[in-house]
Amino acid sequence: MTPLSFAGVGEKRSDSDLEALRSGDEAAFRALIQMHHGAMLRLAMAYVRDPGLAEEVVQESWLTCLRNLDKFEGRSSLKTWIFGIVMNIARSRKRKEARVLPFASLWRRDDSDSRRPTVEASRFGGDGMWSVPPDSWSNVPESKVLSSETMRRVKAAIESLPIKHREVITLRDVAGLDADEVCGLLSITAENQRVRLHRARAAVRKMLEEYLT
Amino acid sequence: MTCRQVVELMTDYLDGALSPEDRARFEEHLAGCDGCTAYLAEMRTTRRVVGRLADESIPKSIEDELLKAFRDWKGETR
Repeated sequence: MTPLSFAGVGEKRSDSDLEALRSGDEAAFRALIQMHHGAMLRLAMAYVRDPGLAEEVVQESWLTCLRNLDKFEGRSSLKTWIFGIVMNIARSRKRKEARVLPFASLWRRDDSDSRRPTVEASRFGGDGMWSVPPDSWSNVPESKVLSSETMRRVKAAIESLPIKHREVITLRDVAGLDADEVCGLLSITAENQRVRLHRARAAVRKMLEEYLT
Repeated sequence: MTCRQVVELMTDYLDGALSPEDRARFEEHLAGCDGCTAYLAEMRTTRRVVGRLADESIPKSIEDELLKAFRDWKGETR
C-alpha cells in the first residue's frame, strides 16, 4: 500500500492532528480521544469481550500511540495507525486471556470467506426472483431505528459474528475506515474484505428485519 | 440478473467494486424491482445504524487519566 492510497480530505485533517499532537496541543489530543473513543472501544470489544478490559485496551492504545508518535512515518493516516494499534493490543490481550477453546471448534471449518448465499433460498422462487420480498422499512419511525434497544441488538448481532466478519464490519462501518485501509490492516485481499463485510452486514440486516418489521 | 444474484452484489455495488457492465445490469435490475430496491435501502440503513455504535462518549475518568498521561508525555519529550 502506498501513502497515495490515503490521499483525500480525511488525510489533511489527520496531518494537522499529527502536527498538533507532536507539538503537545492538549486540546487536539482531547478532541481525538473524544472523537475516536466509541469506535476504539467497539474494536477492542471485537476481540476481548469484557467491557472493562476493552477500556484498558483503549487507554493502553493511546499511551502506545504517544510513545511511538516520533516513529510514525505517515505511511497510513493517523487514524488508521491508531486503529491498528488498538487491534494489535486487543489481539494480544485476547491471547493472554487464553480461554480453552471448546473441542468442537478445533475442527470447525472456517468458511468466513466463502460466498455462501446470505439470504435464505426460501425467500426466492425457482426463477431466482423474490417470492417473499423484504418489507420496506420506510414506515419504521427513526426513533425506533435508532432506539437504545435497536443499538443493543446490533451490538449483540455483531458480537455473535465470526471474528473475521466482526473485525471488518467494525473497522469499516463503526470506525469508518475505507476498504484499502482495512485490507492493509488485516492483510487481506480486496475481495475477501468485501465478502466478509457483505456477510456481516447481511447478518445485521437480517436481525434488523426481524426486529423492525 | 436475478434477485438472488443481485442481493449478493450489494456490498460490491456500495463499494464501487462492480465492473461498469455489471454495475449497469445491477442498476437496470434495481429500476424494475421493488424488493431489491428495498433490500439495498436496508443495507444502507444497516450501515448507518452500525455506524451509530461509534457515538459512545468517553467516560470522564478515562478522559482525565489520558489527559494526565498526555501532560506527562509532553513533560518528558521536551
